[in-house]
Amino acid sequence: MEKVIDKKVLLKVDQLKQYFPVKTESIFKPKAFVKAVDDVSFELFEGETLSIVGESGCGKSTTGRAILRLDEPTDGKVYYSGQNILELNKKEMRKLRGDLQVIFQDPFASLNPRQTVKQILNEAMAIQNVVEKPKRMDRMLELLGYVGLPPEALDRYPHEFSGGQRQRIGIARALAVDPKLIICDEAVSALDVSIQAQILNLLKKLQKQFQLTFLFISHDLSVVRHISDRVMVMYLGKVVEIAEKKDLFDSPLHPYTKALLSSIPVPNPTLKRERVMLTGDVPSPIDPPTGCRFHTRCPFAVENCKQVEPALREIRNNHFVSCHRAEELAQ
Amino acid sequence: MNEKNKPILEVKGLKTYFTTKRGVSKAVDGIDFTLHKGETLGIVGESGCGKSITSLSILRLIPSPPGKIAGGSILFKGNDLVTMSENEMRKVRGNEISMIFQEPMTSLNPVIPVGEQIAEALRLHQKMGRREAWAKSVEMLKLVGIPSPEKRAKQEPFQLSGGMRQRVMIAMALACTPEVLIADEPTTALDVTIQAQILALIKDLQTKIGMGVIMITHDLGVVAETCDKVAVMYAGNIVEHATTEQIFANPKHPYTQGLLASLPKIYEDQEELRTIEGSVPSSYNMPAGCRFASRCPYQEAICTAQQPELVEQSDGSKVRCWKYTEQWTGQVEQEEVV
Amino acid sequence: MLMFIIRRLVQTVPVIIGVTFVVFFIMQLVPGDPAVLLAGEGASKDTIEAIREQLGLNRPLYVQYFDYLMNLANGDFGVSLKNSQPVLDEILVRLPITLELALFSILITIVLGMGAGIISAVKPYSMQDVGVMLVALIGISLPSFWFGLMLMYFFSVKLQILPVAGWDSLLHVILPALTLGAGGAAIVARMTRSSMLDVIRQDYIRTARAKGLRERLIIYKHALRNALIPVITVVGLQFGALLGGTVLVESIFAINGLGRMIVDAIRMRDLPMVQGGVLFASLIFVIVNLFVDVFYRFFNKRIELN
Repeated sequence: MEKVIDKKVLLKVDQLKQYFPVKTESIFKPKAFVKAVDDVSFELFEGETLSIVGESGCGKSTTGRAILRLDEPTDGKVYYSGQNILELNKKEMRKLRGDLQVIFQDPFASLNPRQTVKQILNEAMAIQNVVEKPKRMDRMLELLGYVGLPPEALDRYPHEFSGGQRQRIGIARALAVDPKLIICDEAVSALDVSIQAQILNLLKKLQKQFQLTFLFISHDLSVVRHISDRVMVMYLGKVVEIAEKKDLFDSPLHPYTKALLSSIPVPNPTLKRERVMLTGDVPSPIDPPTGCRFHTRCPFAVENCKQVEPALREIRNNHFVSCHRAEELAQ
Repeated sequence: MNEKNKPILEVKGLKTYFTTKRGVSKAVDGIDFTLHKGETLGIVGESGCGKSITSLSILRLIPSPPGKIAGGSILFKGNDLVTMSENEMRKVRGNEISMIFQEPMTSLNPVIPVGEQIAEALRLHQKMGRREAWAKSVEMLKLVGIPSPEKRAKQEPFQLSGGMRQRVMIAMALACTPEVLIADEPTTALDVTIQAQILALIKDLQTKIGMGVIMITHDLGVVAETCDKVAVMYAGNIVEHATTEQIFANPKHPYTQGLLASLPKIYEDQEELRTIEGSVPSSYNMPAGCRFASRCPYQEAICTAQQPELVEQSDGSKVRCWKYTEQWTGQVEQEEVV
Repeated sequence: MLMFIIRRLVQTVPVIIGVTFVVFFIMQLVPGDPAVLLAGEGASKDTIEAIREQLGLNRPLYVQYFDYLMNLANGDFGVSLKNSQPVLDEILVRLPITLELALFSILITIVLGMGAGIISAVKPYSMQDVGVMLVALIGISLPSFWFGLMLMYFFSVKLQILPVAGWDSLLHVILPALTLGAGGAAIVARMTRSSMLDVIRQDYIRTARAKGLRERLIIYKHALRNALIPVITVVGLQFGALLGGTVLVESIFAINGLGRMIVDAIRMRDLPMVQGGVLFASLIFVIVNLFVDVFYRFFNKRIELN
């Protein structure tokens, strides 16, 4: 991606692999692995929002967790401002966590129910020691202001808030340590649309305000369309397509992306679209199909697709796809 | 001709209340709608609006206590389900009115083969013998597009994927060819490509069987693609009831307008999403006036004083909003919604 | 499934060896010298030493243990110090009696416990629920020796419909089995109730209702099978407690079983007998646990995948 000269790479993921061992019935059988993330490489530019989309089991959340070393990756490299964070020791990693924050789907599960908002924010600042003690109170009020919560919220407990408000607390906590990169793992998926809209607006506002970089993991393509600059589509642990948002949504190249986009029910009854209906289920990631992993469900699969695994290649400007037939299907 | 126009299901003034330590929660508070043969009605709204309670109320599956149908009637082919005996009600459930639920993972019994779970309804309602019922359940599995149905029928739910389990649920619900199918968020737990398959399947079977479908969902996209008419629920009330085209082309209630505007659009770029400020009133303590008034950009004095009725408009749609009545002064008319 | 059973069987081997180890060395810690006891009061030092020599008690412990293991492998459990009978023979005579008692007791635990639990769960917080759970609470709290004596007094002495003690007919089984099974039944009843209440709230029960099934069918076909999965584990654990209980109950009702044999042997410092008895009791426990595991797995096949 040398062509983007004006953009600075903040995070570079290189051949990341995350295999989880699965129990086998027999001690004689070879150990089996769920190849949740299998050889994934991409770059994240400073100040952009890159979304990872895909269906359950595609490895999008696992990728996010592996980058943060919440699960230790099996193999690969993750460069953050030039250094491979997978090689850092515990102390160095803890220091780095101030730069890398995460917001989860269920804010309730990630907030300690016995801590007030004040304690939650205080703790976040104390761990990274980003703000001196006497200034912390001001900083907390400032943070609440950023995420649109009243100052009274400080003395209340997570259960006293609604889902949307709790997500605001989660965001405030992430912001507390002045992060550079925030990984949003299905951050708005559990919210009702009207609340979801509020949180999406807030995230966009904060990104501008603090020059944040987002890695936005979601299964909801409309949300992704709204928030992203670039989009990466994953299927069964592999990247199938990465492109600028508009490019991807207007002219998707991979048959899976096409099917995914055309499957979304659109709230417009007069709009009649041609739907690429996929048959069957996603195969098991324990024993993924040979060749192109999508060939079992792909309407355009030929013999070659079953044998040879397609590489991710740049077909248009900044538009990468891993499909043998991308060029001919694009016409 | 007259017979054909008679609705198969007619809900009038249905109220479902829950009595708990905190008081009385008016989860569903006087709703009306009708469903005709072969028609799909969408009931849409955000969490807590009462849409799922409505669907459970129709089959009288509200956990009681604390829940109770506190008023109204549910006429199914002329008989009131609310006053029916439990014995008669059982003959309706799963036979004439069926239901599929949101969570395919937990809605099937984990220790009973799926074929048996379908067959037991057939034996019960259709008085089939064991062998006949089993054959029919295999046939149903085939109908809903499950490959090698003979083998699958003998399997337990954990051996099936989420999409397949939802197909099993559909097969189970449709085994007795019901006249009404209630689908409560049938695809919410599924991936989009699987959702597309399941929605297409329901549509396909609907045309085959000719049943009426009530589609409960929070997803306006699902409504647009599957429903003929829509009831929008807010805080236990229906606030707007119209055809699908009307709802999306010309939403009348401020809540419906806000809901549509807050959706991220898949085919266009927006800098900022419109939001609905404020929050839903507590079902334990509903305001005297319009329940949406505190969040409504058009609010007038009358809105907080008195609750509006669901009133039919000239185009046949119904709206519960003072703006569409003669009492509306229009003095504080704000900028029209973009 | 077969693979699982085989693997599980292999796993029991170290457990059994561990048991022999513990049994052997704990016996060494017990105060009192069997040689002294055997020689009788006032025996000379030489006599005692001679007996020790004869029994091999003067060798190092690890040699004795190894010897013990080798003998066990050959089916030789040693000879009773008291009456010079082979321990194995003594045990084999009494084992069926204890097994019969345990079997009836566990049957009572299961039938009474599950039955009461279901009755409670069907109408939670009703009179029948409160009543059953009150009885269960009492059942857990009562010490079995007292409960046994009360049963004996009431049914045998007052009503005179059941024999006081001994082990001749099926009638003799009733009171001891009831004494032994009652505590377990109470625990199982409480477990069944809470498990049932949990299951009844599940989505698939709602599905069953939506199908139009009768409440009875929902309870017995859809709810019970799921509710019993955790109960099986509890029953398995109860079996262990029950084996311990035989010691007491056999003494109260004068039943010549394994439990009483161990008590008598302890009193006599009859080391080989105690070792043999405890070893057998442990073996039974291990085997029962194996069954419970296999059973559990059969009922709950989902474990295989998750």
